[in-house]
Amino acid sequence: MTHELTLAAILLGIIHSGIRLATPYLYAAVGETFAQRSGVLNLGVEGIMLMGAFFGFLTVFRTGNLWLGLAAAAGAGVLMGLIMSVVSITFQAEQGISGIGLYMFGLGMSNLLFKSMLGTVEGVQGFSELRFCVTDSFCLADVPVLGDIFFSHSLLTYGAFLLVPLAAWVLNKTTWGLKIRSVGQNPEAADSLGVNVAGVRYAAVTLGAALAGIAGASLSISLLNIYQENMTNGMGFIAVALVYFGSWRPYGVLVGALLFSVVNALQLWVQVLNLNIPSDVAVMMPYVLTILALALPFRRQLQPAALTKPFSRGES
Amino acid sequence: MSRFRRKRFVSDRLWDALLPVVAVIAALVVGAGILLLQGANPLEAYRAMFGGAFGNKNGLADTLVKSVPLMLVGLGIAIAFRGGVINIGAEGQLIVGALLTTYFGVQFGAHFPGAIAILLGLLAGMLMGAIWGAIPGVLKAQLGVNEILSTIMMNQIAIQVGFYLLRGPMIDPAELAAGTNIPHSARLPKSMDMPRFTDLAKMLGLPGKAQDLGLHGYAADVYGVLVEPTRLHSGFILAVIVSILVYILLWRTTIGYRIRAVGLNPHASRYAGMNVKSTMVLSMTLSGAFAGLAGAVEILGLHHRMFEPTSVSAGFGFSGIVAALFGKLHPLGIIPSSILFGGLLVGGDKMQRAMQIPQVLTVAILGLVVLFVVSTDYFVRKRQNRRVSVEESPGEGAVPGPTPPLSPPEANA
Repeated sequence: MTHELTLAAILLGIIHSGIRLATPYLYAAVGETFAQRSGVLNLGVEGIMLMGAFFGFLTVFRTGNLWLGLAAAAGAGVLMGLIMSVVSITFQAEQGISGIGLYMFGLGMSNLLFKSMLGTVEGVQGFSELRFCVTDSFCLADVPVLGDIFFSHSLLTYGAFLLVPLAAWVLNKTTWGLKIRSVGQNPEAADSLGVNVAGVRYAAVTLGAALAGIAGASLSISLLNIYQENMTNGMGFIAVALVYFGSWRPYGVLVGALLFSVVNALQLWVQVLNLNIPSDVAVMMPYVLTILALALPFRRQLQPAALTKPFSRGES
Repeated sequence: MSRFRRKRFVSDRLWDALLPVVAVIAALVVGAGILLLQGANPLEAYRAMFGGAFGNKNGLADTLVKSVPLMLVGLGIAIAFRGGVINIGAEGQLIVGALLTTYFGVQFGAHFPGAIAILLGLLAGMLMGAIWGAIPGVLKAQLGVNEILSTIMMNQIAIQVGFYLLRGPMIDPAELAAGTNIPHSARLPKSMDMPRFTDLAKMLGLPGKAQDLGLHGYAADVYGVLVEPTRLHSGFILAVIVSILVYILLWRTTIGYRIRAVGLNPHASRYAGMNVKSTMVLSMTLSGAFAGLAGAVEILGLHHRMFEPTSVSAGFGFSGIVAALFGKLHPLGIIPSSILFGGLLVGGDKMQRAMQIPQVLTVAILGLVVLFVVSTDYFVRKRQNRRVSVEESPGEGAVPGPTPPLSPPEANA
């Protein structure tokens, strides 16, 4: 098949799937940005995504209503986020470990529910790709190059990209965003000014978790339209790393997510084209890239000063 | 210290020791709720679970077999934690350890006498695990890379390295010849099988049947585990010995003292002239070495060949965290803790067979145990703060000090 594909077509394919694949990373990582800017490292994103993917899928499978599915995914995320908040904020648990606990809980629960409620891999009619048809015969999606890149994605993908400026605006321009940043930077000072540190952190973590739930659903009811056990396969952990990569800023996260998903798409194409690179080595590349990216020195000063540090009044 | 205070101090410490038990019970209660929602009787399900894991010879043997990797991984996790670093990468360290052990065994194992080949195989696994653990350690010490994230990425890389090797250079020649290409290695030479308990019992000349000793009922089951042919292998004895050695390392040597000092307070350690960075790297390296040893023991004692990396690691990198936490990050606490959670893993399988409840419930319960243990730690810390302010702090001694804080300072510096 190599002969039939020109280089330009391959490049276009990589860009197209890169944009598509960025969807779950964007929801999860932008959500995690809220949590981390408030000072909470939520490592359980992977488990939350699995629960979101499952409940989103199950709802669509049972009712056929996509919006209900999306709401169910976000709802599952909210519940998981509340668990994380109680453990990490109220009980001030070590966040590196509580997140792993939440991940194991989500992994186990989603598998358990899948086995007892569905049993086999099924498919649904998920969010379909928009084609932006101006007239009956002309759709923007058919425009060469631009159509592939901009006008042939599903609603959830557009939502993911719109989320980035929205999140940046909330974090940087609203009072609530200022509160999130202040409790992540200096909770003592925020507390002394009357900010409810725990309350703001609860809200930020829960919002992030709701977005992680939607991230999971973007896989099961938009990109793949199936549900499989452990279908996120490490994406949630990558999303956490993307927040570090993006220096805790939504636009930085966007760059990271795009870079990452393009490498991922590249990796898929390496397999499709049967190039002389073992597929296992190709699959490994994104993770190597992540470690290398984390080693870049310039971002560390930008880390929220109180990240992973629980706050309790009058102790420090 | 007044009598009254001493009393309260003792009861407080008893409480602290019991809190993990409370956490497990709480997790099982939530698990019971999940079972009810599944339409199953929780009491019956738990009876199937614990009865299957501890109530008979084969269940008990399987439980002890599963406790071996949990114990070794748990020791590694505990060392890292004590040293103020978090190692989520045991899964990958176990895999690369198993890979090098397998490679050594298949290539060179037959050239050595059995015992030496086994010893070298174990060392190979440890070495590879140590390297895999040292990488995130160095990255953290030198470049400030968050070790939680890098170890998670290293897990994924280890899995892919494993698949690559098992599909290519390390694939069983028989698979290639048959054209089936299932990714697993050739079998290691039989001389490298770690002796099973039944072999040891024969060597020691123990009576082969419980009835010969006049044992009946559960005592006969327990004796049967020791002498009859089961999957239980000498890796269990090794793991217990290693636990004791790690205890000595942490509480009886200067290296151990340094690791714990850095974990408790890196700033004070630095002022005391300790090299904090190299100690962090050391903690991660040791941590990886024990996870690698777990991989080596799984190959030499149980599987005797390497197959799909994720099936060999089987989530031990994560369940080992649970075993370590429940054992209060203390090497001697990790021994019973690993047996308990080994039982939970085996029991999940028995429950699935008896009652058609998916085995993955145990993963969810393990996650709940983690959440409850780290939550209840809040009460320990709270009491410790009060204790320190009211009384002189309990001295450093043979008895491990108060519960280590579950928050290594600078975990994310």
